[in-house]
Amino acid sequence: MTGTPTSEVPMVHADRVSKSFGSLEVLKSISLTVNRGEVLCLVGPSGSGKSTFLRCINHLERVDAGRLIVDGELIGYVERGDRLYEMHPREAARQRRDIGMVFQRFNLFPHMTAVENVAEAPIRVKGMKKDDAYARARELLARVGLASRADAYPAHLSGGQQQRVAIARALAMEPKLMLFDEPTSALDPELVGEVLQVMKQLAESGMTMIVVTHEMGFAREVADSLVFMDGGVVVESGDPREVLSNPQHQRTRSFLSKVL
Amino acid sequence: MPPGGADTAEPIRAIRLKHPGRIVFAAVLLLMLALFVIDAAQREAYGWDNLAKYIFDKRISQAALNTLLLTIYSMAIAIVLGVVLSVMRLSDNPVVKGVAWLYLWVFRGTPVYVQLAFWGLIATIYSTIDIGIPFMEPWLSFETKNVIDVFWLAVIGLALNEAAYMAEIVRAGILSVDKGQEEAATALGMGWLLTMRRVVLPQAMRIIIPPTGNEVISMLKTTSLVAAVPFSFDLYGRARDIAVEIFDPVPLLLVASAWYLLFTSILMIGQYFLERRFSRGVGQARDTRRVGTATDVIPTVTGSVTTADKAEGDGR
Repeated sequence: MTGTPTSEVPMVHADRVSKSFGSLEVLKSISLTVNRGEVLCLVGPSGSGKSTFLRCINHLERVDAGRLIVDGELIGYVERGDRLYEMHPREAARQRRDIGMVFQRFNLFPHMTAVENVAEAPIRVKGMKKDDAYARARELLARVGLASRADAYPAHLSGGQQQRVAIARALAMEPKLMLFDEPTSALDPELVGEVLQVMKQLAESGMTMIVVTHEMGFAREVADSLVFMDGGVVVESGDPREVLSNPQHQRTRSFLSKVL
Repeated sequence: MPPGGADTAEPIRAIRLKHPGRIVFAAVLLLMLALFVIDAAQREAYGWDNLAKYIFDKRISQAALNTLLLTIYSMAIAIVLGVVLSVMRLSDNPVVKGVAWLYLWVFRGTPVYVQLAFWGLIATIYSTIDIGIPFMEPWLSFETKNVIDVFWLAVIGLALNEAAYMAEIVRAGILSVDKGQEEAATALGMGWLLTMRRVVLPQAMRIIIPPTGNEVISMLKTTSLVAAVPFSFDLYGRARDIAVEIFDPVPLLLVASAWYLLFTSILMIGQYFLERRFSRGVGQARDTRRVGTATDVIPTVTGSVTTADKAEGDGR
């Protein structure tokens, strides 16, 4: 059902995605498309549903209505005939392998060193040989500028370093898509730059990325498109430079005036 | 002002405050302890000669070994069963959850002495063990009393009771691990079992180990209740039997107590080192960062990322 990935198939296609927590409707019919190699920044006030949407893309949250399709493959459900079946957890895990995720609070495994954090999933999930996985993990840590801290435990790393390890950990699974959930919001201001720098390099290398962020400078410089969400709907989207300098909607304007 | 130390004040040399009440109390305590020891040494009923005679008696040391085996076997079973029960309690399935809850309710709500007596009567309640399809002629049938001896009945009784307590300890440990850990593992494509084994349980250990150590020590002492089964080759049972034989109960109580104390002391030392080991490295990591500065505080982008759009940003 995957088919051969062709450049015409978008990396992410959301078609009228809705999601509620109890009676609270968090996402109201979100539709958007992210093409291969594109960087999309999701911005919006707290509680606008942007993080929930991101978590739906790798099925950490289940979608109530609509379709989420990543690389031509429906996420979380199997369509047979005209019926939808819930996906077996094993299948869902297989889908997640190809989607890297970076969390606001890093969520590194505290009982493992940086290099063990990065090598864990390739060894246990992909069945990679230990030596190969560790060599590759050290390469990735070098890529995020942490070659010398490979054997440190997360508790002994700064927030910025921890988040860079988390990025390396996600990259170790060789994902085709990277999701960033407010990757710099838990960082002290002076540590934000180093993480954004790594993300920028990643974007330049051609990785498809969806970034929930409040860093408008990053959005302006790196993103190919920007989506402004509020109250569970897409209010405005387009070229980040245009949206940021000339917002069309009142809600966008009032949000940006507080942020910029 | 003294030369050379223009800014530093003279160290304080004050007269120490006296605590006469404390000193008197300590002296009284010491005196009472000394009186007790001197008196006990001369008191006939303690039977010091018999204590010396039986403390290393072969029957006693054999019984001490039995007590250790009871402790080890029942704790091992209890830990495994406790992990299973705790996972069942955290299940989404209401039946699985309910059954685990029922188990805990029954086994924590009744005295272990009564439970042990029940296990002793198992051969009376179920005289045969049949293997096969229910309501059909069994394929295999055993006489219960021929299959399980009282030692194993004691182990089962102790283990099933302890499992209920272990389940709560393990559950607390699992719940203490940050939810983000499971999410991170899931996002990496790790399945539930792998996530538990590699990510959640190793971190839960820090919470699980200390109370489990207490449970082991507690179990060692609880084994003295196996008389209810009745199994009497444990430390206390054997000491009691010998006491009846020689018509001198007190020294044998002391013999048993000395052995129990020896074992619990060793276990306490072991626990100290285990705790130290499992709190290593993991330590502070969980709460290094406050939870999200989130939306209302927006840090300014620093470094090269902003410079490109500086002009445009200023223009607005």
